[in-house]
Amino acid sequence: MRREPAHGLAQHLPVIFPGLMLTVFFIVPFGTMVLVSFFRRQQGGFYVPDFVLANYARFLTPFFGNVLAFSLYLAIAVAVVSLIVAVPFTYLIARSRRQTQVIWLVALLSILSLSEVIIGFAWSTLLSRTAGITNLLVRVGLMDAPKALVPGFGAVLTGMVYQAMPYAVLVLYPSMVRLDPTLTEAARTLGASPLKAFFTVVLPALRTTLIATLIMAFIFALGSYLLPQILGRPSHWTLSVLITDQALYQSNMPFAAAMAVFLVLVSLALVTLTMFVGKKLEA
Amino acid sequence: MSGLVLKGVSREFGPVKAVNDVDLEVPNGRFVCLLGPSGCGKTTLLRMIAGLDVPTAGSISIDGEDITRLPTHKRNLGMVFQSLALFPHLTVGGNIAYALRIRGLSREEQAHRVEELLALVHLPGYADRAVSKLSGGQRQRVAIARALAVSPRLFLLDEPLSALDAKLREAMQVELRQLQQQLGITTIVVTHDQREAMTMADTVIVMQGGEIRQAASPVEIYRKPADTFVADFIGSTNLIDIARDGDHVTLLGRQTSVAMPYGVSKATLSVRPEDVELTAPTEDLPEAKITFVRDLGGAIEFFLDAGGTQVIAVTSPRARPEVAIGDRVGLRLDPARSVVLTR
Amino acid sequence: MERFLSRLYLALVGIFLAAPIVVVTGVSFNEKQNLAFPPQGFSFHWFAEIFVNPEWFRALVASVLLAITSAALAVAIALPLAWFLWRRVAPWARVFQLLGVAPFTLPPVITALGFLTFWATSGFYGQPWTAVIAHAIFFVTLPLVTLTLGFSSIDRSLTEAAATMGADDRTVFRTVVLPLILPYVVSGYAFAFVLSLNEYIVAYMTIGFVQETLPIKVFNALRYGYTPTMAAVSVLFVAVTATVFGLIARFGDLPKLMGAMSSKD
Repeated sequence: MRREPAHGLAQHLPVIFPGLMLTVFFIVPFGTMVLVSFFRRQQGGFYVPDFVLANYARFLTPFFGNVLAFSLYLAIAVAVVSLIVAVPFTYLIARSRRQTQVIWLVALLSILSLSEVIIGFAWSTLLSRTAGITNLLVRVGLMDAPKALVPGFGAVLTGMVYQAMPYAVLVLYPSMVRLDPTLTEAARTLGASPLKAFFTVVLPALRTTLIATLIMAFIFALGSYLLPQILGRPSHWTLSVLITDQALYQSNMPFAAAMAVFLVLVSLALVTLTMFVGKKLEA
Repeated sequence: MSGLVLKGVSREFGPVKAVNDVDLEVPNGRFVCLLGPSGCGKTTLLRMIAGLDVPTAGSISIDGEDITRLPTHKRNLGMVFQSLALFPHLTVGGNIAYALRIRGLSREEQAHRVEELLALVHLPGYADRAVSKLSGGQRQRVAIARALAVSPRLFLLDEPLSALDAKLREAMQVELRQLQQQLGITTIVVTHDQREAMTMADTVIVMQGGEIRQAASPVEIYRKPADTFVADFIGSTNLIDIARDGDHVTLLGRQTSVAMPYGVSKATLSVRPEDVELTAPTEDLPEAKITFVRDLGGAIEFFLDAGGTQVIAVTSPRARPEVAIGDRVGLRLDPARSVVLTR
Repeated sequence: MERFLSRLYLALVGIFLAAPIVVVTGVSFNEKQNLAFPPQGFSFHWFAEIFVNPEWFRALVASVLLAITSAALAVAIALPLAWFLWRRVAPWARVFQLLGVAPFTLPPVITALGFLTFWATSGFYGQPWTAVIAHAIFFVTLPLVTLTLGFSSIDRSLTEAAATMGADDRTVFRTVVLPLILPYVVSGYAFAFVLSLNEYIVAYMTIGFVQETLPIKVFNALRYGYTPTMAAVSVLFVAVTATVFGLIARFGDLPKLMGAMSSKD
């Protein structure tokens, strides 16, 4: 079947409902949020239409600067660690037998069904002093006394990497499994060790996917809201936590909206930068 | 006229002219092969006949009815695709019955016709098999049976045998030709394999660069190529420059009795390798040196260097001359079996 | 050696992935109310609690209803769009594809806040159906991606073959395209369903003050008083998800649905 341009109402019909839904329920809410970010807040949780920059000006305090810096730092750390763990893992899965692949895929998809809350709860238990893995280490003799690893930065990082892992693997999987296995074989015949072949042939061939995964994990981590609260101290709270706090508990919608807009801009900027660097690497 | 008629058909993809001003008439019941190298426009031409593509200029008609812009599904065609395009979600029977089912035929009628068609392609009792469980040749037959289910006006095949191995391909060529003669259906096959075209077709249409270079019977295409492209593309040939020199025509530095058309000073002579005879060197024949001998068992090929022009001669083992690499020989080219080409 | 290292690596990541599930499972079978791990005693009490305790049961029903309807709406948005993009030359329609991918790629709090302001401004805040729309838009990305992948895996010559045999556009869709895309519809729906079932922030910001979905209930339980019921709920969900995708794998080609080549190739 030749793809041809659509003519007339009948042929455009399929795109009307999705187009309408996405416009009304994504563009408009997003636009509303942007508008509200310029509104003026009134006492009692209401806001009136206006055009003020005060909501944005509040970012300039060291407090918000710190929160933003930490959010970005955490998101980058999560993205990098996720990628480092997920890439060899996915590669090994993709090279295994079809049945083995199915088992791993079902397991990963099941982990997707763990809500953020439960992941937080499980890791807070695993890293706790009373019931955590340190007890295991003590029993083996590697540690003297059980220790609480939560709350802490390590706990937040672990929880978030755990949460991002299935997504990272599922994004990496299609390209990994479609990668021509003779590529590595060719490298092997030319004298590359398996590890060397992986680094010199497999990874470069998957550049685009790796960058996509990195971006995905980064944005995913940037939006994380519950885990920093459950596994971290207040100093580990991210911009997403503050946004929710302002919107729901401080009833300051304009300020929450301004932070949200800012978060979008920062994510877009970093994504653009990553893609730009990726292009550079390709050239 | 009755049959398929194409008038001035062109198809442009942006600046590329895939098919350029093609005129073609295919009388009903004829078996036609569109033959040419890849990118010559033959598949695009077939797709326009099928309605899967629309010409940017020109018209297509069947039995006097203009079908240039008629949607594919109203053309009553049977088509076999290069990928075969068998529906993976349907059984063999489901595939063959597809055209019947969407026309609302009863289950009994469908089943009856499916068995008829399976018998026709020598696969009786295969209706309930899964398509994925068939061999390449069997899939081929199913695709053919499916295309013939509603007794189409036109039977179109796009490189239908390209996925088969050489032996099976040759067998299928014969079978396809016999099937076509049995049904008397107008058939157009796209192929890049000249043996396939020569085996099956009433008319071979050689295409290149979006244009028809020659349309004729297989023997005529072989014996009387219209130009150097056809001569070179069909079988192998020696293309030797000839020139008029005063009253004489020279060929490889010797006078020859080959006649050149009036008003032409330079041309190319096409001589098939089997029409080149090796003799002892003489004064009046072109001379050449043997550079390589390829003994294929059934035939022997001699590669010759005639003053910088490579010439190939083929003989049967029984007529093999007593020569070896490095020997100098005379070349006798039969004027009656060679063709003078001016383009 | 190389083989051993590969296996070791897979095993380590496997343990990392399994650890939380082990903990949650252990807790869910715990006899006592406190959150002890390793568990003390063995009991199905907390599983029964989900269905017996009206609060938990209401949350369960709310979540399941939300997931069923929002996933259906997400597929209803994604299917015609993905089909249109595959069938037609329409560069302008790429905008909608981008819009379909955007909600899930932006930090969720953005989408959540957008909906909060939108529903508050339009006066529908707190209505149960607002969460259905919010989740459908938020998760439309998943069916859109699986369906786009699915359409790209359909050999176009199949639809051409159908056309040569007399099928018009509608018949081609019904007899060829739909049967071939159906597995991707199912997996796209399953994705949206599973994620909707466990989504917290968007649901919280749209209907959180009016209604409790399970993730909201679990979070509140975590904050205001532990109960192993939350662990039981999670175990139940993981089991259901594993069963659903296990069935998909049993009757379909899961690796292909996830983007691998067909196993027959």
